[in-house]
Amino acid sequence: MSDSASLPAAAPSVATFSFDRLRRPAEAVLVPLGALLAAMVLFGAFVWVLGKDPIEVYKLIYKGAFSSAFAWQNTLQRAAPLVLTALCVALPAQVGLIVIGGEGALVLGGLAAAVVGHAMSGAGPHTIQICMAIAAMIAGGAWIALAGALRHYRGVNETISSLLLSYIAIALFNHFVEGPLRDPASLNKPSTMPIGEATMVGTIPGTDVHWGLVYGVMFCIVAFILVRYTVQGFAMRIVGGNVRAAKLAGLPVGLLILASCGLGGAAAGLAGMAEVAAVHGSANASLIAGYGYAGILVSFIARHNPLAILPVAVLLGGIAASGGLLQRRLDLPDATVLLLQGIAFMVILASETLYGRARIFQPKGG
Amino acid sequence: MDASLGWWGVPIAVLGGAIRISTPFLFVSLGECLTEKSGRINLGLEGILVMGAMTGYGVSYLSGNPWLGVLAAGFAGLLLGLLHGMVCSLPRVNDIAVGIGLMLFGTGLAFFLGKPFVQPKAPTLPALPLGAWASSPQVQAALQINVLFIVGALLAVALHWVFRNTRWGLVVRMVGDSADAARAMGYNVNAVRVLATALGGFSAGVGGSFLSLYYPGSWNEGLSSGQGLMAVALVIFARWRPIHCFWAALLFGGASALGPALQSVGITSGYYLFNAAPYVLTLGVMIATCSTRRTLAGAPGELSVTR
Amino acid sequence: MSSQSFQPTRRELLRALAAAGAVTLPFGKAFAADKITVGVIYVGPKDDYGYNQAQAQAAAALKKMAGVTVIEEEKVPETMDVQKTMASMIEQDGATLIFPTSFGYFDPHVIKMAEKYPKVRFAHCGGLWTEGKHPKNSGSYFGYIDECQYLNGVAAGHATKSKKLGFIAAKPIPQVLRNINAFTLGAQSVNPAITTQVIFTGDWALPVKEAEAANSMIDQGIDVITMHVDSPKVIVETCERRGIYVCGYHADQSALAPKGYLTGAEWNWLTPYTEHVKDALAGKPMNNFLRGGLKEGFVKTSPYGKAVPEAGRKAADGIKAKMMKDDFVIFKGPLKDNGGKVVIPAGTALKQQDVTLEGMNYLVAGVIGKV
Repeated sequence: MSDSASLPAAAPSVATFSFDRLRRPAEAVLVPLGALLAAMVLFGAFVWVLGKDPIEVYKLIYKGAFSSAFAWQNTLQRAAPLVLTALCVALPAQVGLIVIGGEGALVLGGLAAAVVGHAMSGAGPHTIQICMAIAAMIAGGAWIALAGALRHYRGVNETISSLLLSYIAIALFNHFVEGPLRDPASLNKPSTMPIGEATMVGTIPGTDVHWGLVYGVMFCIVAFILVRYTVQGFAMRIVGGNVRAAKLAGLPVGLLILASCGLGGAAAGLAGMAEVAAVHGSANASLIAGYGYAGILVSFIARHNPLAILPVAVLLGGIAASGGLLQRRLDLPDATVLLLQGIAFMVILASETLYGRARIFQPKGG
Repeated sequence: MDASLGWWGVPIAVLGGAIRISTPFLFVSLGECLTEKSGRINLGLEGILVMGAMTGYGVSYLSGNPWLGVLAAGFAGLLLGLLHGMVCSLPRVNDIAVGIGLMLFGTGLAFFLGKPFVQPKAPTLPALPLGAWASSPQVQAALQINVLFIVGALLAVALHWVFRNTRWGLVVRMVGDSADAARAMGYNVNAVRVLATALGGFSAGVGGSFLSLYYPGSWNEGLSSGQGLMAVALVIFARWRPIHCFWAALLFGGASALGPALQSVGITSGYYLFNAAPYVLTLGVMIATCSTRRTLAGAPGELSVTR
Repeated sequence: MSSQSFQPTRRELLRALAAAGAVTLPFGKAFAADKITVGVIYVGPKDDYGYNQAQAQAAAALKKMAGVTVIEEEKVPETMDVQKTMASMIEQDGATLIFPTSFGYFDPHVIKMAEKYPKVRFAHCGGLWTEGKHPKNSGSYFGYIDECQYLNGVAAGHATKSKKLGFIAAKPIPQVLRNINAFTLGAQSVNPAITTQVIFTGDWALPVKEAEAANSMIDQGIDVITMHVDSPKVIVETCERRGIYVCGYHADQSALAPKGYLTGAEWNWLTPYTEHVKDALAGKPMNNFLRGGLKEGFVKTSPYGKAVPEAGRKAADGIKAKMMKDDFVIFKGPLKDNGGKVVIPAGTALKQQDVTLEGMNYLVAGVIGKV
């Protein structure tokens, strides 16, 4: 009898507890989704004013991005580099730094990978690929760590310095690709020496999507575990919360800043390696495609949460993937995609303010 | 008629280039200076610049009056600045992120609406032949100065004076240095910042119209090569002082002209590295003058990038 | 590997299609067809007064051909994106002939897609398609526009007073060097003392740098400028404003410089476009290596501006007539580069079709600049 009496009492408490625990995650999902919906209405109104049918536009976006296996692969393929460049923002953000120079780390990573890949030709493909990845991560990591070091040791603002470093990296990249490192056989498309067909990383079996996506997913998971479940990650977040408190607690602030920036840069560098090893086969100006800048937005929308980067990158990749259909079927200009992304980001960023406002999302339990 | 100047051509070309190229830098950096003085940073000025360039060209083409285009560009910038200011006034919204969002939105909107204006030829702004006294055609060309350049220079002086000597300037600076103090004095911090960002947007929009209506003087999608973003660095370079913004803009313009000028006298290697000169210069100056022990002299205390 | 086994792969594909039972692509007939969907891909905006516009003009003309549907996508970067664009034109819109118009699309993107879709034809602009190395359903088309640049040079040589010409280029690649050299040789045919100053801006579309390059050239006393950048609009307008002469490139820019426009080198892509479309409709095998100059109608010159002196028109028209009869060689020995090295020995004449010209890596004597 005592059992049956205690059970009904326990059951609701379990139920409310689990429901309570869901409030915050629900907020984290519903607020941006609501914002996305609002952005879609705004954009729909815009195209409607221009005389296009918004429903038709959204149907095409769905068709181009998510309606079939082909569309999904298109979307994932476009999301792959963004996942890694977003980490280049999200990881330094843990220690409170805003780095916007991922593009520079990406191109330098690609250059390092191409040089190493060519220099090692003859070795086993997997050995070469691993060395290429390491070289790319070192190059990209060092570049962003430089911005972190300038911040910590010289007080130079990392947002501005990483932007400048990114411009400088692109200039260096162009100089080397078209100068000392140029493959004389790359006539009208200046490139470094090819790494060779055998060294290229292929696609994920059964799909068209190259392995760069897997690198990104793995990096995100590792970053998530690091940030959420390790002492070092916890220490980073303390630095990000309050540098003075972190110093008082005796944390190695400089080291933590360098590590987070270095890891972020390594992610962007790896994106460059994936471009070289899975797409281009050498380093050339095609690497400068703006992935670094797109990654900034992905990370901010994901609120610098390494796992949330994945769905956000897929969303952005999906919009990009559908751009072609919008151009071809509705005769909308290519800038349509840019505009939709711009509106979506403005609204989602503004929705940041809603967090913690609605009572329904606040946990009641202590 | 041997018009060649040889090596003397380099300083003259750099001077002329500095005056031609610096104007958009000047307007964007003055706008950014005002915004940052109020304690916010607007990284979206690149988007505003492009939108201003498109609007200016479009309105000039449709109305036949380039000055109307300049004005329209300013108002387009004002609206986008207002958007940035108001979104950032919401609690917990990060001004840097919104700036990057605005950059995307502004360029997207400009490209989307600007398609019909790529082909037509709009009336452009006239220049003042301030070099008419010189016998050398090169000097004459270098001193072909657009009125907007002079307006920009005057604006720099005016802004300097406003910050120093007017109540309004003092309020902006106080809001930027300590929001709490401003609130204690009874000022509406957000309202001041929204206004400062909107006016900053106006200035950046005018800077954009210079690109499309004077130099290089046409509208296309590759028109801006990041001048709007660079202006943000330029303001820090200039230590938030409007007069220094003027000199810094000239320096950036001159540095951008250096690469082509050197090639025209036969120094042809390493042009990518010459082209990166303004960035290296800015970074070098920042490294040399920053310190961990004190915030930058003149830096608004509320500004996120200096904390 | 699929390039050597074209037959089996095609058979495989047909079998796969038959097995699937759902023929989504308009493969009604295996060969001759009366309808075709053509995809055209541009690297920049298609109204840039330059490279992309020249392609888009041909695409617009194609739309008028019976049975041809044209789908277009602009500003597609030379990354994975262009592979996806090609694939979705094929999968989602049923395109069976693709014109990827940017040079950088070819390797690896066009090659990969051509291997993946052996039934679709990929006609790429500029790339060096090589027999035995690249898939049979891909190919390249290009025009010998250096012929028009030579004629630009002749007109410039007659118009110049300072004997100093300028060439604003994006990057020192063979296509560009060939144009610079042809322009210079054309001018030197008028007066061997004429020099050409080169400025490389570093990228295909940098309006401010291009305007700055034009200005510093003009300050150096240069009085005719031509260019090889994606969108010549800014340079042409700058020259007009500063009162010097200019020769156009890619498309007709005479409207931008009514006073100073001499003539221009223009593409006429409709010729190769039409040939590829006709072959595809008739089910004829693809012409993998399609080249032509003035004679074949791949390129054309802009009408002369009023600034070209009568002697210049006569001289240029005379050479043009010879080119039309295939009776003129631009690159012939003895030819020295600007370092004094002999690049084409005496007695050698490299005709336009000669592939060694496509690997040009020097600037001829009289050009001021370095590769």
